[in-house]
Amino acid sequence: MKKIILKINGELRSVYVEPEEILLDVLREKLGVKSPKCGCDRGDCGACAVLLNGRSVRSCLVLAIETDGQEIVTVEGISKDGLNKVQNTMLDKNAFQCGFCAPGMIISTTELIEKNPHPNLEEIKEALSGNLCRCTGYLPILESVQEATKEEHHE
Amino acid sequence: MNDLKYVGKPSVRIDGKEKISGATRYTDDLEFGPNLHFAAIVESTEAHAKILSIDTTEAENFPGVVSVFTGKDFPFKFGLYMKDRYIFAMDTVHYVGQQIAAIVARDIKTAQKAAKLVKVEYKPLPAIFDQMEALKEDAIIIHPDLGEYPHVPWFFPQANTNIAHWRKTRRGSITKGFEDADYILEDTYTVPRYAHCPLETHVAVGLCDLSGRLTIWASSQSPHTQRNLFAESLAPLGFTHKDVRVIAPPIGGGFGGKAGVSMEILAAAIATKVRGNPVKIIWSREQEFYNTSQRLGVIAKLKIGVKNDGTFTAIDHKLYWDTGASAEYGANVVNAVGLSAIGPYRFHNISIDSVCLYTNLPPCGAYRGFGYSEFMFGLESHINRIADHLKIDAVEIRKINAIKENDTLAYGVPMNPNGLIECIDKVTKEIEWGKEVKSENPNIKIGKGFSLIWKAPAMPPNASSAAFLKFSEDGSINILVSGMDMGQGYLTVMAQIAAEILAVPITKIRTENPDTDRNPYEWQTVASHVTWSCGNAVRKAAIDAREQIFDVVSRTLYLPKDMLFLEDEKVKCKTKPSFELPLKDFVINGIQAEDSTFKGGPIMGHGIFMPEYTSADSDPETSQGGHPNVHYTVGAAAITLEVDKDSGEMHIRKAVEAIDVGKAINPSLVKGQITGGLLQGLATVLYEDMRFDDKGKMLNPNFTDYKIPTAKDVPDEIVPIIVEVPQPDGPFGARGVGEHTMIPAAPMIANAVNDALGIRIKSMPITKEKVALENLKKKEKINV
Repeated sequence: MKKIILKINGELRSVYVEPEEILLDVLREKLGVKSPKCGCDRGDCGACAVLLNGRSVRSCLVLAIETDGQEIVTVEGISKDGLNKVQNTMLDKNAFQCGFCAPGMIISTTELIEKNPHPNLEEIKEALSGNLCRCTGYLPILESVQEATKEEHHE
Repeated sequence: MNDLKYVGKPSVRIDGKEKISGATRYTDDLEFGPNLHFAAIVESTEAHAKILSIDTTEAENFPGVVSVFTGKDFPFKFGLYMKDRYIFAMDTVHYVGQQIAAIVARDIKTAQKAAKLVKVEYKPLPAIFDQMEALKEDAIIIHPDLGEYPHVPWFFPQANTNIAHWRKTRRGSITKGFEDADYILEDTYTVPRYAHCPLETHVAVGLCDLSGRLTIWASSQSPHTQRNLFAESLAPLGFTHKDVRVIAPPIGGGFGGKAGVSMEILAAAIATKVRGNPVKIIWSREQEFYNTSQRLGVIAKLKIGVKNDGTFTAIDHKLYWDTGASAEYGANVVNAVGLSAIGPYRFHNISIDSVCLYTNLPPCGAYRGFGYSEFMFGLESHINRIADHLKIDAVEIRKINAIKENDTLAYGVPMNPNGLIECIDKVTKEIEWGKEVKSENPNIKIGKGFSLIWKAPAMPPNASSAAFLKFSEDGSINILVSGMDMGQGYLTVMAQIAAEILAVPITKIRTENPDTDRNPYEWQTVASHVTWSCGNAVRKAAIDAREQIFDVVSRTLYLPKDMLFLEDEKVKCKTKPSFELPLKDFVINGIQAEDSTFKGGPIMGHGIFMPEYTSADSDPETSQGGHPNVHYTVGAAAITLEVDKDSGEMHIRKAVEAIDVGKAINPSLVKGQITGGLLQGLATVLYEDMRFDDKGKMLNPNFTDYKIPTAKDVPDEIVPIIVEVPQPDGPFGARGVGEHTMIPAAPMIANAVNDALGIRIKSMPITKEKVALENLKKKEKINV
């Protein structure tokens, strides 16, 4: 067991981990951060996505021990002070159904907007193509991101 | 009905914020403390074999292992409609992946390591992987005890065969019908198995405390049905229904795969033997593929007779289903199709044989569409071919034969009111049917495809729903029901129904997730029936509460009861406009009377609904005489499809789907069902392709090799159209819609591919490889 220190959603947390433990399990089981979900355990579905130093990673493919001293943001962190604009648009449009993919989708969306505040539809599709959703047919999610990120024209 | 305030509005889901903020706690997110145990499952590596021995010694001695269980610990059968499964394999295994033993430890890794140390010695038996093999007279018998399995009265298993059920429907005379026909088309259509792929895999936690109270938390569509089956199958251990409690937290998708009971019974059974400690079993994605249930495969032999004017004269539909190693749920899919395989058409001469066959592949069961997607692939392909032969437009032939209100259904009952023609017309217009579309790219051919939609809930005749409704001091409401919100928006829709009747905004209503101890009965959340069935129960509960409100106001304040009404969270009176009493002033603490005493008390409504006109009893040879289905939901759909004639690559420019939902309680959620269901349907025809090796082992149980669509695979445009011809016994006229949305996907792709390239593909999936190869074959034929 090795002690690692992480900044999770703005808070410094320390935790003992085995070298083979994956970040997803440590977040969920040892740190009580439950929004990242295990949907496939092999990087196919994106339900476990978290922001690691601002970059979206699949936490089921990252060893916890590698993240010592780094910063992790999950949907709990994004939602701390209420929903952001994209989340609110998703809410208004009933963009999710079962909601299991929502945390991962929101992480991928956050990363996209950080890099590209006004993405076009193809860019949104590309950015979210690693997050599987079985319920919605994606269109309401894509529309929400599109609407929340469109450039506002002031006259 | 024009002045509805909450029903018919595209309200935001009441659980939306929870899901979008990451607050939702699914079963695996719940905390069970430091005594949580885990079970790993030892699975069969053989498709069909006698178990000669199971040696668990090494596993038992592995450090950290708490207990090891095998079939001998739980020699109990279970099953929803037919008890043909054991909790663990007893002396025979019937499919690769079947559970043989469980290892319990305090951590999952220890349990998994120890599971690998269990040695199972098998004597392999010949296995059957094809339902037509299973049907042969000299086929090996997979369930030699079939004749002894308890089952519902509407199943007809044939002992000493592999036929778990054979639903026969006969009406009129097909002999005469085919004699009257000017043209008869006969062909075979094949639909393979599919997997549900909810993002959340199956998970269950069982806790049997030291007093003998058994609680199961499960990702489930069927908490009350599960409690019933757990209590029934564990009765030999002394459990009764009151000792068993099922709690169903929000679920991450179901699609039928979490209906009935599958792996959850392992958690229930194992918990009884590790008393005092919760035990969690969570399926890996692989197990989710091969050890829950799959959608049944079918080989459908279809013969339709038709007059030159396009009128259908007879249908003979023979469907041979592969239900896998268990038919406890699958046979009811087969049953449903056996009653309905005429599609939404007027036929006077009908013969349907829907035959449920055991094989040595994983068990099959409910999957969104419940058999209708499967038979509609053949039927709707067939109708296009007939139309082509007669040189009648594919939409026109459907309109000629479309079923109308009061037309007689296959089992002799009149069809319910419906807007089928309206759906057809709206879709035809939106897709610009008949208008040719060309691509600028000479390699791309564009075709249009059309299909109708048709499905009834498949339910036992006495399936029912119940609701409680209670107020809090501020006039807010809790609705207690036991349907599951799998994403379709059930919790919100129930709130909208109660809101409408009690004039309380839905922002002040919570609908609670099921807990069988506290929430009243619901049969299951399947069959696209909860909006209709539980919606009726909630409506009645709200009316009951309203009656109590009017009663206490009337007797305490001396106002005429029949002049009272609710508006804006207040009681008002038609004959005394100055009167208004906020609900919050009395729904808990009552109303103070003139003599300073208080009258009334907490307002609590209850409502139940059971369709009292249904019956599953009918002549087994004809299916005439009963009333098995409550109603059919119908619709129409079409696509514009681009096909690359060389690569077979397909792209959907536009998809349109119109469904007659009776009344859209929440149009935003209905549209969500259409968009999501349609893509799920398109996935079964364009991408998903389940493969087994010649030993019955599934080869692609993961999302790398079993492709479900991503955000890049969506049609350019999906146009959902809501049609509303009220269902007479539906809440505000509503009927179900969830499953129907995926039904037209496969035939309309097949029809569009035919329109684009002139090739007819009669087996699903219709992958790009298949299209390219078929097109090549066609070219070669022409060249020869």
